[in-house]
Amino acid sequence: MGEKTVSLLDKKAVDRTITRITHEILEKNKGYKDLCLIGIRTRGIYLAKRINDKIKAVEEIELPLGILDITMYRDDIFKLKLPEVKKTDIPFDLNNMTIILIDDVMHTGRTTRAAIDAIMDLGRPRKIQLAVLVDRGDRELPMHPDYAGIFYNGSPEEEVLVRLREIDGKDEVIVVRT
Amino acid sequence: MKWSRKDLLGIRELSKEEILLILDSADSFKDISRREVKKVPTLRGKTVITLFYEPSTRTRTSFEIAAKRLSADTINISASTSSHVKGETLKDTARNLESMRPDVIVIRHNMPGAPHMLSRIVDSSVINAGDGAHEHPTQALLDLFTMREKKDRIDGLNITIVGDIAHSRVARSNIFALRHFNTRITCSGPPTMIPPDMESLGVHVEYDMNRAVKDADVIMMLRIQKERGGISYIPSVKEYSTIYGLKAEHLKKAKKDVIIMHPGPMNRGVEITDEVADGPYSVILDQVENGVAVRMAILYLLTGREA
Amino acid sequence: MKILIKKGRVIDPKNGRDEILDILINGNIIVKIDKNIREKVDNVHVIDASGLIVAPGLIDMHVHLREPGYEYKESIRTGTMAAVKGGFTSVVCMANTDPVNDNKSVTEFIIKQAKAEGVCRVFPCGAITRGLKGEELAEIGEMYAAGIVAISDDGKSVKNSETLRKALEYAKLFHIPIISHCEDEDLSKGFVHEGKASVMSGLDAIPAIAEEIIVKRDMAIAEYVNSPLHLTHISSGGSVDAIGEMKKRYNQVTCDTCPHYFTLTDKATLSFDTNTKVNPPLRSKEDVDAMKEGLRNETIDIIATDHAPHDITSKDVEFNIATSGISGLETAFGLSLALVHEGVLSMKTLLKKFTENPAKLLKLPYGELTPGSPADIIIFNPDLEWTVDRNTFASKGKNTPFHGWNLKGRNLLTIVDGKIVYRDPVFK
Repeated sequence: MGEKTVSLLDKKAVDRTITRITHEILEKNKGYKDLCLIGIRTRGIYLAKRINDKIKAVEEIELPLGILDITMYRDDIFKLKLPEVKKTDIPFDLNNMTIILIDDVMHTGRTTRAAIDAIMDLGRPRKIQLAVLVDRGDRELPMHPDYAGIFYNGSPEEEVLVRLREIDGKDEVIVVRT
Repeated sequence: MKWSRKDLLGIRELSKEEILLILDSADSFKDISRREVKKVPTLRGKTVITLFYEPSTRTRTSFEIAAKRLSADTINISASTSSHVKGETLKDTARNLESMRPDVIVIRHNMPGAPHMLSRIVDSSVINAGDGAHEHPTQALLDLFTMREKKDRIDGLNITIVGDIAHSRVARSNIFALRHFNTRITCSGPPTMIPPDMESLGVHVEYDMNRAVKDADVIMMLRIQKERGGISYIPSVKEYSTIYGLKAEHLKKAKKDVIIMHPGPMNRGVEITDEVADGPYSVILDQVENGVAVRMAILYLLTGREA
Repeated sequence: MKILIKKGRVIDPKNGRDEILDILINGNIIVKIDKNIREKVDNVHVIDASGLIVAPGLIDMHVHLREPGYEYKESIRTGTMAAVKGGFTSVVCMANTDPVNDNKSVTEFIIKQAKAEGVCRVFPCGAITRGLKGEELAEIGEMYAAGIVAISDDGKSVKNSETLRKALEYAKLFHIPIISHCEDEDLSKGFVHEGKASVMSGLDAIPAIAEEIIVKRDMAIAEYVNSPLHLTHISSGGSVDAIGEMKKRYNQVTCDTCPHYFTLTDKATLSFDTNTKVNPPLRSKEDVDAMKEGLRNETIDIIATDHAPHDITSKDVEFNIATSGISGLETAFGLSLALVHEGVLSMKTLLKKFTENPAKLLKLPYGELTPGSPADIIIFNPDLEWTVDRNTFASKGKNTPFHGWNLKGRNLLTIVDGKIVYRDPVFK
């Protein structure tokens, strides 16, 4: 049984997709007023930074940027092998803000649930919207992304991997079958 | 680094990696106490029992707050309300508590090894919150956390511990923890309060307080353990205070950015003057705050350990 | 009924014997020791001891049989069963029973009970002072007439030097030794040896000098009044040195140590296992080495067990409040044979410390294989490897720090007064 790898997005496609999501965010919110970006550890952080860079290129402004660690809010924490808790770093007041929550892959919706709970303990934003690079479908909770790069509903044996140059050395989205 | 221990009985058996994992985790948990909503759902449905055979306000409250901020349920049992006074053995108490299916039992006891005995009887995780003159691991971990926070490092520090070393579980646990790092530890106090074999633990013994605090980065003051007969090792508290009480003049001999620590409760005017305890070098209240974070980290690691 | 033990390697330190011989027992007496004894097959029980060692039954001059008063810890019955299993055919039981053996009625009770229930010889040791209180002398003469072989306040020292002096002088009348437990009470308010391990465990500690200063005091008084003195369960190197010095000029001082003092160090207490709590406490590696050297150079005359059986509840508590002691009769010989395997002692010297020497000190007609003497004999395999399992102990006391240890050498058969009282299941 070998591993089979299929490419979903290459380097250029990753960049184009992030650009599109950026424009959709600005379009839907009619600009950048009261917007902030919060990336979910780990790859959501880098996606959030790239979106912020693209907004800066268009609007010549940087949005408040935060990092969210959802470990303490997971519903499966004791079924996992003791995930390491890392820091949440949101250096701004998120009351009455519109939060763009950013993650690499959305699947069951449980991470999103944990992220929303974590944010609610930190303040009372006006709105939370969700942006993901890949939507895998197969939701277990009533959650839906506001912005999705691509939709890929593969089989349970498949794993969708998002690779970003900041930590993985290159940009791509691949499907691995085991 | 993964955590696999069921219990935290002492620092002695911990590796450097385990100590650092606790400190790093505590970093994340510290933020929760500074939020408006000081609670996360991590330990929802878990039960933590604190079983205290010795009076304690600080440590028990700290554990209770730590557990509650993680959403665990806490029950406090103290010797005065438990069956201990009716003559029930620790073994029977342990078995009874175990029947109530707690996830963690935090025990403080006046006899060394009592937590070890408890851990052999129960399946719950056991945390040693101080056993006689043996160990007080969570105190040492919060002390290291505070040193690292204030100094950005532990390696290279000169640490001076002053007081009743012989009867101090805080000194022991700190020494066991600090020897994993490249530190110089000096123990000072009346010769009657320092065991003859103290230096076998790799520390320096300097009876002269003025020499002991020279170039110290950290001065840790201990209190006289009156409940462990500490008073009989010195002619009088007054004389002790004259010779070993930490005064402003001592700080001039230490490093310019020295920090003053004390595990509490303090005997003001005995081992430390008000001026020093409340002065700019004192990190005593930081220790208390960090204690909650460190205990949250430990509760998290023990309940979520790899089976 | 005759018993013929054939082809065993007979080692008898008293008679200087070490060769392959047969031993013939008739009734309760050894009648013949020779090569190839031929007897008519009928009415003779023949035991093939080839490949095994045949030795005089061992003598343990320091046990606690707990009867009367503490039968839930041990009884004369169970204690002597443990003894014969461990290779002992005679034991000396200490006086700290309830009531204390400080008068002839208790002595008589023990002797009577031992005759009725015991499976080996039991010799009571009387108290030095009434109620072991260290104040007034017990009725030593009456106890002597009833059968005590020594006197001791074992469990503590006679604190008052004047009282000890009187006891040493008075005991001369009966030619019995005083067995001294050496421990300075004021320096002994602890639970473990003072050293690196106690610094680590935070357990209140007892310095070695607590033993040594009493060793020196007791020897000084004994020498002054010219009376025999035996120092029991010696544990510190300093004591061995002091005794060695005294022996150069005074020949009425003897001493013993116990297997745990030449086997375990205070490191064992770091687990807080209450089975490692003994009095005197387990000491340092240097002290363990000094015990071995003392045994080798004959400063230490005797190995005794200080068999101190306890009920589970006495040990299943916090270290500070656990009672002291090790149930030692069933592991002592196996642990001691390690001294032979390590090359510290010859087999003959080891056996001497278990037979000839205690017999001489206590003036007992045992501990030897001499035609005409009572047949107290053991047969053992010095190389048999086995694992200590306290659940199989004959003693009621399961308190041992050696549970699960692998030992080399075990007693297989015990004969007391011509009767086979113990046979190991592996010995057909």
